[in-house]
Amino acid sequence: MHLYGIPRVTRGFWPVVLRNLLVWRKLAVPSVIGNIAEPLITLVAFGYGLGSMIGRVEGLPYIVYLASGSLAVSCALAATFEALYSAYSRMEVQKTWESIMNAPVALDDIVFAELLWAAIKSMFTVAAILAVLFVLGISREPTMLVALPVLWLVGLTFAAIALVFNALARGYDFFTYYFTLVMTPMTFLSGVYFPIGQMPVPLQWLAQVLPLTHAVALVRPLIVGEWPAQPWLPIAVLLAYAAGGYYIALVLTRKRFFK
Amino acid sequence: MRVPLAHFVSMPAPIFRIASLRKAFGDHTVVDDLSLEIQPGECLGVIGPNGAGKTTTIRMCLGLVGLDGGHIEAFGLPIPARVREAKKRMGVVTQFDSLDPDFTCAENLRVYGRYFGVPNAVIEERIPKLLEFAALQSRAQARPGELSGGMKRRLSLGRALINDPQLLLLDEPTTGLDPQARHVMWERLQKLLQQGKSILLTTHFMDEAERLCDRLIVLDHGRKIAEGTPRGLIEAHLERDVIEVYGDGVHALAASHAHWAQRVETRGETVFFYLSDPGPLLQALGACQNLRVLHRPANLEDLFLKLTGRQIRDD
Repeated sequence: MHLYGIPRVTRGFWPVVLRNLLVWRKLAVPSVIGNIAEPLITLVAFGYGLGSMIGRVEGLPYIVYLASGSLAVSCALAATFEALYSAYSRMEVQKTWESIMNAPVALDDIVFAELLWAAIKSMFTVAAILAVLFVLGISREPTMLVALPVLWLVGLTFAAIALVFNALARGYDFFTYYFTLVMTPMTFLSGVYFPIGQMPVPLQWLAQVLPLTHAVALVRPLIVGEWPAQPWLPIAVLLAYAAGGYYIALVLTRKRFFK
Repeated sequence: MRVPLAHFVSMPAPIFRIASLRKAFGDHTVVDDLSLEIQPGECLGVIGPNGAGKTTTIRMCLGLVGLDGGHIEAFGLPIPARVREAKKRMGVVTQFDSLDPDFTCAENLRVYGRYFGVPNAVIEERIPKLLEFAALQSRAQARPGELSGGMKRRLSLGRALINDPQLLLLDEPTTGLDPQARHVMWERLQKLLQQGKSILLTTHFMDEAERLCDRLIVLDHGRKIAEGTPRGLIEAHLERDVIEVYGDGVHALAASHAHWAQRVETRGETVFFYLSDPGPLLQALGACQNLRVLHRPANLEDLFLKLTGRQIRDD
């Protein structure tokens, strides 16, 4: 078996994406309500509550600053959750992957489908939050629409990284560590709730290598109605994490199945 | 009509062929120089204790486990090199159900058909037929969680037929089912054989092997230790009859009556006499009051135990 070979993806990946979409459709309403409720609560509590004390941050009303940051966080978390808990259920608990591999669909197709699907699913969350921002009048800039494809890249990036940990998991407990030790600290270090410049210098350096920092750097201006001043570095960093994560996830998943 | 192909073992074009197959996990050899062929329309049974290499062999046939040696060929296509094409013409039922719990029976069939690239119109046409075949017409909108074990297995079988395969790989398809459900399953498999499908079936139910299979392969420790028709194997390896005796003092009896039988085996408090002329021993046993005596023809189970031994396999 070609454990380290380049991804061999065929058209067979598409029915797998459709399968996940079909399951999601059955659970769409509670899923979307959950997706909107959580960021909405954060916005109301911190944006209006804390924001009234803080005033402006980096020239923006705090609620706008917070909303644009937590949009990126929600996207990252939605993709991560799907590529960890849900993908693991399909891979290990329900044996869905195994039954798919008994058909003419290979593991490479399935991993690619899961990556794509997790990113697509994060778009449902993103779209819901953008609608909330629009309705509340937090942002009504046309550049919000450009945030959609940008956040799709963010979804892909975090799905790819999460699939690495999915491939290594021996149970759901493992994912709790990933959320508490990786995702939560990253959220605080990436300029979502407060500017990175407020932190000690070593942490500022650390922040520069975190994908969420670059996601926020791209999304925030678009929500405010501006274009990112230097878009290429953040895009390159996200692409590198997405491509690297995907390849490592694929190799580790192949090892898990074919070792 | 089903043609008894078993008699033409040297037919020119087998639908499926394994030659000198070998697989080891670390130091542990799981499949050791296994060769077999399946003719079109034939049901080949692979019987063997747990850990004999049955499931590993099937997984190699599906390209899910790599080969350490030998060749596999389905419809003339080498596996794993062209496994994707081969799988389009194969149907699989695994030992454990892997139905989609979020989908109804009909949706399970629909979604699975798409993995084979079967056009939607063809899938929609097949769904009612397969639900009927699985005796699940009235449960089309039920989810697997609401089905009994037998229904789930039949749905798994129906799902394996969504691409109208020529060859079915069935890994212990009736394990865990009650007798009623097993009989329904057997009847369905016989129907498929009548339609001309070929089947590779692994099982450790000897009555299942005897009923369904044209030919059998006995596998132990990854090696083929016997091959033939069910009747032929029994005749070749066993005496015609078995007398089982159970009760007080059977151990002494085993020694004193051994000369009536060709072969005697003792297991716990039961003695098995294998013999071709049961008359004299039955007569002798008639005098003993406190023994339970069972006289029956030798069957595949006896063969299986003779060839693979009586010790329990944990792996």
